[in-house]
Amino acid sequence: MRYVEEFRDPAAAKALIGRIGEVAEAIGATRESPVRIMEICGGHTHAIFRYGLDRLVHEGIEFIHGPGCPVCVLPMARVDEAVEIAERPGVIFTSFGDAMRVPGTKKSLLQAKAEGADIRTVYSPLDALELARRQPDREVVFFGLGFETTTPSTALTIQQAAREEIGNFAVFCNHITVPPPIKVLLDDPHMLLDGFIGPGHVSMVIGTHPYDFIPRDYGKPIVVAGFEPLDLLQSVLMVLEQIQAGRAEVENQYGRVVPEHGNPVSLAAIADVYEPRPSFAWRGLGEIDASGLAIRPAYAAWDAVAKFGIGYGARRAREVAEPEGTRCAEVMTGRIKPTGCPMFGTDCTPETPLGALMVSSEGACAAYWQYGGRRGPEAAE
Amino acid sequence: MCLGIPGRIVEITDAHRMTAMADVSGVKREVNVACVAEGDPAALVGRWALIHVGFAMALIDEAEAAATLEALRHLGEAQETLEQIAEGARALS
Amino acid sequence: MALRGDRVTLAHGGGGSAMRDLIEEVFTGAFEPDGMEDQARLEAGALAEPGARLAFTTDSFVVSPVEFPGGDIGTLAVNGTVNDLAVGGARPLWLSAAFIIEEGTDFALLRRIVASMKREAERAGVRIVTGDTKVVGRGAADRVFVTTSGVGVIPPGRDIAAVHIRPGDVAIVNGVLGDHGACILAARGDLALSSDLQSDCAGLGHLMDAILAAAPNARAARDCTRGGLASALNEMAEAAGVGIEIEETALPLRAEVKGTCELLGLDPLYLANEGRLVVFVPETEAQATLAAMREIDTGAGATVIGRATEGPAGQVTMRTLFGGSRIVDMLVGEQLPRIC
Repeated sequence: MRYVEEFRDPAAAKALIGRIGEVAEAIGATRESPVRIMEICGGHTHAIFRYGLDRLVHEGIEFIHGPGCPVCVLPMARVDEAVEIAERPGVIFTSFGDAMRVPGTKKSLLQAKAEGADIRTVYSPLDALELARRQPDREVVFFGLGFETTTPSTALTIQQAAREEIGNFAVFCNHITVPPPIKVLLDDPHMLLDGFIGPGHVSMVIGTHPYDFIPRDYGKPIVVAGFEPLDLLQSVLMVLEQIQAGRAEVENQYGRVVPEHGNPVSLAAIADVYEPRPSFAWRGLGEIDASGLAIRPAYAAWDAVAKFGIGYGARRAREVAEPEGTRCAEVMTGRIKPTGCPMFGTDCTPETPLGALMVSSEGACAAYWQYGGRRGPEAAE
Repeated sequence: MCLGIPGRIVEITDAHRMTAMADVSGVKREVNVACVAEGDPAALVGRWALIHVGFAMALIDEAEAAATLEALRHLGEAQETLEQIAEGARALS
Repeated sequence: MALRGDRVTLAHGGGGSAMRDLIEEVFTGAFEPDGMEDQARLEAGALAEPGARLAFTTDSFVVSPVEFPGGDIGTLAVNGTVNDLAVGGARPLWLSAAFIIEEGTDFALLRRIVASMKREAERAGVRIVTGDTKVVGRGAADRVFVTTSGVGVIPPGRDIAAVHIRPGDVAIVNGVLGDHGACILAARGDLALSSDLQSDCAGLGHLMDAILAAAPNARAARDCTRGGLASALNEMAEAAGVGIEIEETALPLRAEVKGTCELLGLDPLYLANEGRLVVFVPETEAQATLAAMREIDTGAGATVIGRATEGPAGQVTMRTLFGGSRIVDMLVGEQLPRIC
């Protein structure tokens, strides 16, 4: 597979790992006093564990798993609202596979499907729109979640629906943006981070300048990375080299895909269809200003919140408490590892997930279980 | 959020709606090319793009890809040389 | 031909003459042209040999779509049960076939399915000797559901079972993995993928004969159906109380299957196969096994993928591309396409 397999070459990986080790030694990184690098994006967390990179790099490097997993940060109340919409008669509720198993307060979408709601997994919002075309007597709703990588595709789909005047299609919009939660973490005096690995596909849309504030205001390096193992390893090396040289800059390792100024068509579609919400609730981080997107009034006919009277802002959002004993928020923000949560592997397993971090393929808990082979809580780190 | 895969645009299926057929290792899927088409979508045929949820979101910059791989190859060679030197030193000591 | 119309109606399940016509013309006419009693009456033959054991298995088939590139529900129904017998070291002898048919299903479709079953049964050297049909109302079944049970004979002295696997034993598969699962995903249509992928559905009885002839101390085999290779290995590791380690670089995969997995975020280790087995043999018999398998059409792609280890009992691990290690766990629920 072109542009994929070349970036998985084991010989090159070995070389990178060697070089990373040298620089780590040179800057005095040790297991007891590691360099703490946060990979913001859940897809990077997944890749790190799938290829075992955390165990292959020098022991003085600690990966702190960031909140860039849109399923993981989705509050349970949003899942409840999605289920409520799906259970309305006549609705075909469509969603990416990732969200299907996330537990709500009563049930997940998959459980609602078993109970008779017409809920279908789709690969693309365009497929949901096609469903609306083919079934004019049904209301098709698409669960729009994700960061900026996915936001343009729902925006472009809504614009297409508007052009064709397809009236039986709506989006339940829960899109969020990456820079605000990073700022929240950097402002937290308890978070000790030395550098960042930036989300490659989010940056494909927004470019690299939205991260300028990280080196400028906080003095930390950030390297925007691709998703293949060589991309991640090269990015780790680039972060270490910045630290070694006393630099703090935004660097782009993923130049073959990420343009400096992002994608103009995507950005224009986002600006046309969405407006920032004054604030949005993130599981684990609480309310964050200007971090969520809502559909503009001009496109209200395609907004599930307006159509069904359900959803954030439609009525006083009823937020929900975390399941007892869980420490999802602390894992999500990198304060503890999954093994630091007493529920990990005990009450919370892939078969009986208590939170989204165990359900989502990008969640740190799922990664620790699936690839890392950790099966239970460990002593405090 | 991030699952994107490079695919080759092999055919334009609807220039007006901006849709094309992308090929990923022999598996074909129709994708929207609005994000990557500048003017006539026909110019995209044969190009590689990053595909995510049915949209071609960025064209792969082949020169950049080659440059990255070249840099990695150099690093590999440099690293190998360093290791050989280190091994030589160990053998002598 | 007494069968009227071109589709199945509830009358065809009523037990009367319409049902008799359906059974005779579509089913028994193909499977046992000389006629069928309510129960098959069969000579014990090899089963009567002292020390021989009777092997007995059953499986239901509900695949959607019912017809797909490379096969149909009938191909699966015969080969699935033949394979369940064969991987246990039994020579498959006789099958039963029960059909639950949704009202409104075309006779032409049923005839195609039956033709597939007859062809695969002949290839496998088995007879379909008894069966049943029921018709249910529209929506109560997805066109056709098929259940096949199978009887086979395990020769005296043969005991192929996962519990015999020992550390050091070599794991061999007979060809590229995941074709069936990836083909079905594309064939369902809701993901709008197209490819030239075909199901790998095939009977493995002759392959097992070749394996057991070449490797008299073969330990165990399992077909890698639902849940893929990963599930089969987990079950075997658990039963044997051994660890199993496989090599990522050794897994045979078609480019199109890799592409499907990358596009949808799936792991090929969990994709269903319908003509693939994994067999454990002592290291000393591995080369002979490979050579014998490669002589058979269903074994042309035979290759070593790993071995049993002293590792934690029941745990399957995979050495990754970079020499790291990851656990290959049992699947929880169904693999869903993801975007993250």
